[in-house]
Amino acid sequence: MCAAALLPVSDPIETFLEQDQTNSLLRFITCGSVDDGKSTLIGRLLYDSQSVFEDQLESVTRASAGRHAGPIDFSLLTDGLRAEREQGITIDVAYRYFATPRRKFIIADTPGHEQYTRNMATGASTAELAVVLVDSRKGLLPQSKRHSFVASLLGIRHLVIAVNKMDIVGYSRAVFANIETQFRDFLSRFEKIETYFIPVSALAGDNVVLPSRNMPWFDGPPLLEYLEEVDVESECAEEPFRFPVQRVVRAGDGFRGYAGTVSSGSISAGTPVTAMPSGRTTTIERIATFDGDLNEASAGQAITLTLSDELDIARGDLFAPVNALPDLAHSLRATLIWMHADPGEAGKRYRLKHATQQVWASISEIHHAINIHTLQPETATRLEMNSISVVGIETSRALWFDSYQRNRATGSFILIDPATNATVAGGLIEGPGSHTRQTKESLLRDVNWAVKNGSLVISVPGLAHETDLSALDYRDALEALENLLNLLDVQVSNEQRDD
Amino acid sequence: MSSTPHLRQLEAESIHILREVVAECQKPVLLYSIGKDSSVLLRLAEKAFYPAPIPFPLLHVDTGYKFREMIEFRDRYTAALGVKLIVQTNTAALKEGANPFEWGTQRCCGALKTTALLDGLRAGGFDAAIGGARRDEERSRAKERVFSFRDERGQWDPRNQRPELWNVFNTRVHPGESLRVFPLSNWTEIDVWEYIHAESIPIVPLYFAKPRPMLVRGEALLPIEQPFVPRLPGEEPRLVKCRMRSLGCSPCTGAIRSDAETVPQIIEELLATKRSERQNRVIDHDQDGSMELKKQEGYF
Repeated sequence: MCAAALLPVSDPIETFLEQDQTNSLLRFITCGSVDDGKSTLIGRLLYDSQSVFEDQLESVTRASAGRHAGPIDFSLLTDGLRAEREQGITIDVAYRYFATPRRKFIIADTPGHEQYTRNMATGASTAELAVVLVDSRKGLLPQSKRHSFVASLLGIRHLVIAVNKMDIVGYSRAVFANIETQFRDFLSRFEKIETYFIPVSALAGDNVVLPSRNMPWFDGPPLLEYLEEVDVESECAEEPFRFPVQRVVRAGDGFRGYAGTVSSGSISAGTPVTAMPSGRTTTIERIATFDGDLNEASAGQAITLTLSDELDIARGDLFAPVNALPDLAHSLRATLIWMHADPGEAGKRYRLKHATQQVWASISEIHHAINIHTLQPETATRLEMNSISVVGIETSRALWFDSYQRNRATGSFILIDPATNATVAGGLIEGPGSHTRQTKESLLRDVNWAVKNGSLVISVPGLAHETDLSALDYRDALEALENLLNLLDVQVSNEQRDD
Repeated sequence: MSSTPHLRQLEAESIHILREVVAECQKPVLLYSIGKDSSVLLRLAEKAFYPAPIPFPLLHVDTGYKFREMIEFRDRYTAALGVKLIVQTNTAALKEGANPFEWGTQRCCGALKTTALLDGLRAGGFDAAIGGARRDEERSRAKERVFSFRDERGQWDPRNQRPELWNVFNTRVHPGESLRVFPLSNWTEIDVWEYIHAESIPIVPLYFAKPRPMLVRGEALLPIEQPFVPRLPGEEPRLVKCRMRSLGCSPCTGAIRSDAETVPQIIEELLATKRSERQNRVIDHDQDGSMELKKQEGYF
């Protein structure tokens, strides 16, 4: 009989709710190749942590009749869609949820097929940790390298290498040690990565939730315990304050505020900040929330800021510390993960969404692609589905940004095909582009100013486009002027900004 | 009780999503189901737009077979919040006698829920419909996007979803197309209850256990609000202490035996339970994968 059951339990639910006060959230991805047993591992984590309900289990037991695998096919717990069940493969990112008394977990379950790099990148984009599955019989395969590379590229700093199917190799310490040595050698090229190697059998349950009796030579914690304890304290708390404005909020009593989520760092009332891209400096007056004003807010909090003076601030603008501004440029260098069957091409125009701003953008130059098998650079003329390439990007107006490696939120963007509205790529900013841009002041010298029929008309040489400024108010006029400069800037003559 | 770190994180992410919908979509609407998840969504919307009022209307698809207590709660709570409520009912199908016993569950849901929902969205010209669905509810929802694209006919293609990276959401649609937006995607059932507890959010009293008249058929408890619920020979309703774990149409929502009269007691019950939340909903048991079929046809 279980001894714990004999202990008097005073008020279990109050104890639970109290414990829950310290509960944090860990997001991780699992990646592995087709037969690495990834779905089985996740099914085992869910099942052993009692996150699977009986009726779901019954439905799975019914469905697994006729398929191979053990008494319960754990992989069926996670293969959601009919299309997949028919093919027996996982084809898209699925999110799973489970909790222990110490932590809540969100798993992004990403398929391991070569053609699905895009899914792994999607799952990794919000994860803090990656579990890479390796088949003990196959050792370090190109896929495992690829998974580690993509995880590291997307900014994941914690890698767990789970060497699975240890039961099939007789729980051999030598097999595990050999894979660990090879893998460590490979991983040494990535900076700032913390690794944990663990031998498991997802099917038999060794080292998943409970320590394995079959591998007494391994003295590390089992997988679940490691996941409960690993410290993934976010680096973005240490980065400078970044607050992309999501919406301007106006309320009846003359309230004017700027709603958004703190991307990094923290802010307190009374602090001076610079608004980008205008460069004007102001002071934070209040941090307003439904639950009352705050003295301070930090990364991850959704708040509304008011300013001590009236600046013209719009969605897409950014507040940053006066002495730690992000980059501001029309041209940037970025890594693109191409996610659509229509290939990306230099010169083609896309909508670029970065934090809360949207601009027109084009790929100005494809520097090189990264061969996903050798991880070596190679030349490329087009961006194919699931390729990873380093490119130059030109935008219709200047973007503020940080490098992705410093700040995921202000260093990432997506590209949208304006014809289909499909998300075609995810972008990780490296920094400002090498291309030297003319400043707006020098561009202004090229603008023709004229009075026609009593109106002030400005035009840009080489562009069949004129704007009548006298019919517009001040802000519209500035915007029209900026539009003209942008047109000149990216050599686009036929479309206005539409954001 | 104050909020826990993980609830504050989920709350902030949901607020970000709600603000993004309003900032980028032309005409959003919140699909209000009256259930606990809808109550949480409303609280999140109050927080997201504070101190301004909630900037979108609510659309309730009323099949005509919702519990009386749900409708009372709906009218009282939305009036207190001062939000605009649109009620959409497929009256034509009701006149033709649509009910789950005459028409079968699939056809009845198709007419009273899916058709009414699509009609309501079309009539209002809404390009974004915010819903309270969570990924942990059902297996087919585990791959649903936060911003989920629907074609001109309101249909969902599981093979052609936009990849969704970071919290940079693609909200662009062509005229006639629309988005379904799920701010509670990453919440679990327990998270929802803990949040209701922490925030003292009002919910329909049907969630709390009390003696209610039910038809008792083995494990199943069938509510008898609608006169057309067929009875077995000699069958009489009995008073059973029970509650609803999820709310739907009274003829298709089974109750569970329960003593949970407070939110902490409900959480305690959930932690001990071995059955998933949708299990008492008759609709999911027509065939394996049936929710996915309904979604492809346009059901939420």
